[in-house]
Amino acid sequence: MTKPEVVAAILWLSLTAYAVLAGADFGGGLWDLLAIGPRAADQRQAIAEAMGPVWEANHVWLIFMIVGLFTAFPSAFGILALALYLPLTIAMTGIVLRGAAFAFRGHAQEAVGPLSPWGAIFGAASSITPFFLGTAAAAVVSGSIKVTGGRLASDFTAGWATPYGGLVGAFAVAICAYLAATYLTVETEGTPLEDDFRRRAIAAGLVSGVLGIAGLVLAPAAAPPLAQALFGRGLPLTVLALLNGPLALLAVWRSRPRLARIAVIAQVVFVLWAWAIGQWPYLVPTDVTIQGSAAPESTLSALLVVIAAGMALLLPSLWLLFRVFKARNPAVIL
Amino acid sequence: MDNVALARLTMGTSLCFHIAFAVLGVGLPLLMTVAEGLWLRTQDAVWLKLARRWSKAFGILFAVGAVSGTVLSFELGLLWPRFMAFSGAIFGLPFSAEGFAFFLEAIFLGLYLYGWNRLSPVAHWLTSIPIAISGAASALFVVMANAWMNTPVGFRLGPDGRLLDVNPVAAALNPSTATEDPHMLVSAYVVTGFLVASVYAAGMLRGRVDAMHKRGLALGMAMAGAAILLAGVTGDASARFVYQAQPAKFAAMEGLYETRRGAPLHLGGIPLDSEHRVVYGIEVPKALSLLAAFNPEAEVRGLDSFPVADRPNPILVHLSFDSMAGLGLLLGFLAALFWALTLRRRQVPDRRPLLGALVLAGPASVAVLEAGWFVTEFGRQPWVVYGILRTADAATTAPALGPTFGIFLVIYAGLAFTTARLLLLLAKRARAEEGEAGDRSARRRRVVS
Repeated sequence: MTKPEVVAAILWLSLTAYAVLAGADFGGGLWDLLAIGPRAADQRQAIAEAMGPVWEANHVWLIFMIVGLFTAFPSAFGILALALYLPLTIAMTGIVLRGAAFAFRGHAQEAVGPLSPWGAIFGAASSITPFFLGTAAAAVVSGSIKVTGGRLASDFTAGWATPYGGLVGAFAVAICAYLAATYLTVETEGTPLEDDFRRRAIAAGLVSGVLGIAGLVLAPAAAPPLAQALFGRGLPLTVLALLNGPLALLAVWRSRPRLARIAVIAQVVFVLWAWAIGQWPYLVPTDVTIQGSAAPESTLSALLVVIAAGMALLLPSLWLLFRVFKARNPAVIL
Repeated sequence: MDNVALARLTMGTSLCFHIAFAVLGVGLPLLMTVAEGLWLRTQDAVWLKLARRWSKAFGILFAVGAVSGTVLSFELGLLWPRFMAFSGAIFGLPFSAEGFAFFLEAIFLGLYLYGWNRLSPVAHWLTSIPIAISGAASALFVVMANAWMNTPVGFRLGPDGRLLDVNPVAAALNPSTATEDPHMLVSAYVVTGFLVASVYAAGMLRGRVDAMHKRGLALGMAMAGAAILLAGVTGDASARFVYQAQPAKFAAMEGLYETRRGAPLHLGGIPLDSEHRVVYGIEVPKALSLLAAFNPEAEVRGLDSFPVADRPNPILVHLSFDSMAGLGLLLGFLAALFWALTLRRRQVPDRRPLLGALVLAGPASVAVLEAGWFVTEFGRQPWVVYGILRTADAATTAPALGPTFGIFLVIYAGLAFTTARLLLLLAKRARAEEGEAGDRSARRRRVVS
C-alpha cells in the first residue's frame, strides 16, 4: 500500500468508529424523541446513562476524520466542502444542537427535562445529522460531484437533493436507530426495558434492511459508481452483509443481545467497507482519486507519526473509559 | 453582502463564541485539579465542594465549547474551501495533533464527570490531570495553525502555483508560534481566573461570605494574577515580533501612517485614512520606537508605505489593540491591588468596591481576549495566509451564506442564554442541597452591617 492509501484506510477506520459509536448516540436521540408507553421516562433515562460518559469521546472521531482529510487530501476536502456546503451545514447545525441539548439536559435535568424545547431539539437534531450526512454520502457515491481542471463543475444540489439522497439519508438514520436499540438491549439486560428496546431494534432492523435493499437495487440506475463498487471489488463484503443482515435480525429477535450487538456492528462494518474497497482508488468518483488529491509525501509521513503517537495515548485511554463505564457490556469496546 | 463578507462574519462570530468557552476548557481543569488535590491533602471538604461545583459547570461549558469547536472545524472547509485546499497539507499537522488532544480531554472528562462514585478519590483526582494537560495542548496546537497563517513558512511555491518542499513540522513551528502560543495559553488562564473570581465576588457581594467563596475567589485570583503578569510579558514579545514580521499589522495596531524614525505611540484616538493621522488620541513622542525596538530613534514603517489593497483596517485594529492593552493593564492593577490587600491583612478582602470591580473583571477579561483576537485577525487582513492568499480569494462560492449566518446567530444566542441560565440554576441547586442555613445567617450579617 502506498502512503496515501494507508492514510485513507486510517481515515475510513475512523469513519467506521464514528458510525458504530456516535451513530448509536444519534440513534439514542431518536429513541428519546420516540419514547412512548408506561416506561417512556425510564427509556429516556437508560439512553442518557448509556450516552453520558462516552458521547463526547465518540464525537471526536468525526473531528479526527475532518482534520485528517484536510491534512492528507486537501484538494478533495476543498471540493467536498464546496459541493456539499448545504447538507454539511445542516448536519453541522444538528451536531451543535444535539450536543448542547444533551449536555443541558444531562447536567440540569429539572430545568431542561425531556419535554422542554431542548428535549425535543435533542431528538430532532439527532435525526437531522445522520440524515444529511447520509445525503452527502449519496452525492459522493452517485458520482454527481464533477471536477474539471481542479474546480468544481457540478452544482450545489448535485447528488444529494435527490430521491436517492433521501433514501440513503433515511437508511443512515435507520442504521443509527438500529445500533442504538441493539446496544440498549445489552445496557438494560434483564429489566423490562430490554424488551422495549428489543422491539425497537427489530423495527429499526427491518426498516434499515428494506432501505438497504432498495438502495442496492436502485444503485445501478441512481448511483452507478456505487453499484460498480458493491458488485465489483466490494462484492465479497456485499455478500457478507446480505448474509449477516438476517442473522443479526434473528439474534435480536431471539433475545440474544450480546450476539445481536456484534452482528449489527458487523453489518455496519460490511456496508462501509464494501463501499470503500469497491470505490478504491477514488475518493470522489470518478474525478478525484486518492493518489491524485494526496498531500505531499512529507506531510503524509509526519501525519502518520502524529497518528501513531496519538493512538498510543488514545487507545489505552479509550479502553479505560469503556472499562469503567461499560464494564457490564465490554463488547462495546470493539 | 457578498460571500466574502458573509463568510468572514460567520467565521468571526463562531470564533468569538467558541473562544470564550475554549479558554475555560484550558483553565478550569487546572483549577479543578488544584482544588481536588488540596482536598486530598488537607481533607478539608470546602475544597471538594469547589471541585465538585466546578466539575458540574464544566460539564455544560465543555460540551458547548466542543460543539462550537466542531462548527469551526467544519467552517474552515465550508466557508474557505480554497484556503483549506491550499493550506491543509502544510498546516494540517497541528490540527491533527489537536484532534488527539481533544480526544484525550473528552475521554478523561467523561471519566472525571461521571466517575465521582466509580473511582477511588486518588484515581478520580488523577483523571483531572490529563484534562488540564490536553486542554492546554489543544490550545497550543490550534494556535500553531493560526500562527502559520501570520508567518507562513514550511513550503515553496512553484512557478505554476504548486506546493513544493512542504515541511509541515517547520510550518507548525513557524516564527509566530514562539510568541502567539505562550500569549494565548496564559490568556486562557487569565480569563478563567477572572471569571471564577467574578462568580465568587458576586456571591460575596450578596452576603455569602463563607470559606468556599473566599477560597474560590482566592484561587481564581491566584491563577489570574500569575497569568496576567505573564500575559504582559508574552504580549510585549508578541507586539515586538509583529513589528518585525508583519509591519502592516503593526502600523495598523498603532495607527501609524507615515514611516518615520522616533515614531510616537498613540493612546486611544481614531486613525483616519482621510487625514493620515490619529485624531483625538494622546501622542507620546518616540515611545513607539522605544517599545518596538528598544531604541527611541528606530524606524517604524507606516501604513502609507503599503499599497492600499494590502492594508488592514486601522480603525478596527488600533481600537482593538488599545482596548486589549488598556483593559489588560487595568486588570493587572486590579490583581495587584487584590493581592497587596490580601497579603497585608492575611485574608481575602471583602470591601464592596473591590468586590464590585472583581465582578466586572470577569466579563472585562473576556472582552480583552476577544480584542486580542481582533488584533490578530483584522490585523492580518486582507490576507488569510499572510502575503500568499487573499481572504477575498478563499471564500466559498456556495449559495445561502446569509441564512446560514442568521441561523447560527440564533443558535449561538440560544446556547449562550441557556448556558447562563443553567449555570445560575446549578449554583442555586447546590445552595439548596447544602442547606440555606449558612446563607441566611450571612445575609443577616449583611443587613446588620
